[in-house]
Amino acid sequence: MAAIDTVAPAPVVEESTATRVLRILGKLPVQIFLVAVGLLWLVPTLGLFITSILPANHFDQAGWWQLFSRPSLATWQNYDQIFRNHEIMHALLVTLEIAIGGTVLPILVAALAGYAFAWLDFPGRDWIFIGVIALLVVPLQMALIPMFKLYSHLGLYGNVFGLILFHTAFALPFAIFLLRNFFIGIPRDIFESARIDGASELRIFVRLILPLGLPAIASLAIFQFLWTWNDLLVALVFGGDTRPITVAIFTQLRSFSANIDIIGPAAFISLAIPLAVFFAFQRYFVQGLLAGSVK
Amino acid sequence: MTEATVRAEPPAEELGAPPEAWFGLRRYAVTAAFLAPAFILLGVWVVYPAVYTIIRSFYGQAGGDFVGIDNYKALFTTPAITTAIKNNAIWVAVVPATITAIGLVFAVLIEKISWSLAFKTAVFMPMAISLFAAGVIWRIMDRQEPGIGAVNAVIGSVHDAIRPPGALSDALTSTPNETGSPSQGIVLKTPLQPGKSVALVGLTGIPPEQVPAGSVQAVTPPAKAGSITGVVWRDFKPGGGVPGKVEQGEVGLPNVTVFLRDASGKKVGTATTEANGTFAFTDLDQGTYRAGIDPATFKKPFGGVSWLGSKLITPSIMIAYIWVWAGFSMVVIAAGLSAIPRDTLEAARTDGASEWQVFRRVTVPLLAPVLTVVFITMVINVLKVFDIVLSVAPESSQAEANVIALAMWRTAFPQSDFGLGSAIAVFLFILVIPVLLLNIRRFRREA
Repeated sequence: MAAIDTVAPAPVVEESTATRVLRILGKLPVQIFLVAVGLLWLVPTLGLFITSILPANHFDQAGWWQLFSRPSLATWQNYDQIFRNHEIMHALLVTLEIAIGGTVLPILVAALAGYAFAWLDFPGRDWIFIGVIALLVVPLQMALIPMFKLYSHLGLYGNVFGLILFHTAFALPFAIFLLRNFFIGIPRDIFESARIDGASELRIFVRLILPLGLPAIASLAIFQFLWTWNDLLVALVFGGDTRPITVAIFTQLRSFSANIDIIGPAAFISLAIPLAVFFAFQRYFVQGLLAGSVK
Repeated sequence: MTEATVRAEPPAEELGAPPEAWFGLRRYAVTAAFLAPAFILLGVWVVYPAVYTIIRSFYGQAGGDFVGIDNYKALFTTPAITTAIKNNAIWVAVVPATITAIGLVFAVLIEKISWSLAFKTAVFMPMAISLFAAGVIWRIMDRQEPGIGAVNAVIGSVHDAIRPPGALSDALTSTPNETGSPSQGIVLKTPLQPGKSVALVGLTGIPPEQVPAGSVQAVTPPAKAGSITGVVWRDFKPGGGVPGKVEQGEVGLPNVTVFLRDASGKKVGTATTEANGTFAFTDLDQGTYRAGIDPATFKKPFGGVSWLGSKLITPSIMIAYIWVWAGFSMVVIAAGLSAIPRDTLEAARTDGASEWQVFRRVTVPLLAPVLTVVFITMVINVLKVFDIVLSVAPESSQAEANVIALAMWRTAFPQSDFGLGSAIAVFLFILVIPVLLLNIRRFRREA
């Protein structure tokens, strides 16, 4: 036994090292390919960032990679000016208002409806629920013209609240679907005992449903925040002079290379905030994505 | 689901008392309160406008006149809209399949690496960026001059490495003794004889900044036995100078490819000029020869692909769009992949299946439902593509890049044709319905 133990392992170890080396070598092309692809995916965003820290008069003379040979060109001057640019700063504020309102409101409304569809009884409940999901089919383009007219009458045109309500309505079918399906997975006993204890439905909703539904609400919130932050079309139609950052950049885009000292940093700031949200809540984001597409 | 109904109703019937009826009413009131906000929003912002838009699409621009299906006919006769429909068809044909395929390849490959999280993050990151900002990014990447557009810089460096550009980009003949042009090559008319003649190839029309670096004062080489010598030089100096004569202040043109043909016209050799412009062909037999400059000398460097021009604008926007959505496809497919039982794959491998066979015969069929979901989701998204077109395409090529959602916005808002705009919206709606019905069937299965 002892002899075998001391003699035998040598070739085994050698072979396993050899196979390991072979295995790693075999994976090398894949590794190299994936490193290249990963970098390829990062380069465009890096390019925008570098463009945003180069003086504007260099934009039409050389590519952004000139920074690598002339690092001294880098300057925060563009950002300095952007932070003093009233129009852009106001646009960022408007974007934030729309994104927060357009996230909180649909979640609140959808959670109420989702709870009703999951745990309250009323005639035709499941058919109505299917009807609500069916509204997913309606592209928001179908609402642009009538709501444009209606908003002009109601004074909601050019109003942040009008934009928030529009985003809310079009977020509802999916949000209700997602939350109802999540709520229905919460054990029935929890409500039953609360009801027996005499808790009102509202109390059950606030004290039980919302906290228990947090994972689903979180993924929904991230989606909704990114969607409303990144919207261009709705703001372009109903925003009027209330311009979120996408519309503000869009108006600058007409004189593309001349305004690059505004477009570059403004575009980068406009994507830095959703990126930060994405990195902070990546887990929920991916969960929400999967809830919406597979399962 | 109906369990609660069953349990709640019998007591109410048994008692039949007013308090219970009141309780039932109260219960409905509570339910209504929970549902009301959603129903009001969906009713006013989604259902009412959808019905209105459908009706409005049968009326004219101003709205007072019923025009029947004229607006729908106009969809297929208005050039801007037909371009949009054609482009959207190309989008649907190309983009969802490409994104699904890329996602599948990435999802399968990252199973083999230990740093898959970093890779996923890098590829998924653009998903958080707005399509509009992504478009701005690619507008910077896609600029034409290889010196300033990153995409063309990469293509250019590969292109110039495989087919190096010539020493000169353009030139004119300086004396009537020469014939030809940069694209065909420039040939000396005079026959040359070894040991006797010196080939003088003067060129003009070369701007100072195009004179090759490192060129020095041109020199007329002496004739040499058995050889043909010569010089290629910039036959111009400030003030002009005498054409056809090498003078002080005129520089030689280095790295020019000179060829030599014998009397029958057969090429017998090529030579490259020195810094002072001189060249020599040695060990030649007696006879007459002709010399000239090879067109390769005038081969222009890579000028850049016009990504944002009207011809390539749609493919360029698609590339930007794929860059954004590939991460979505990868993450969803990777999740589907991790749900496949490892045993199934291992069993196939033990049975001697190659990696490709495992992928083709086991992985892909098992992933089919997930691949379908990604594909359908992308078809819907692609049908509604809008923002990225506005930000990648400069105004000069936006007409060629048009898509349905963009045509709808343009027609309805800047042009205020609500009739035609409504018809485009309904058309988009009709396109989306069959695709979304597939999705809803899935939703119902899950619900």
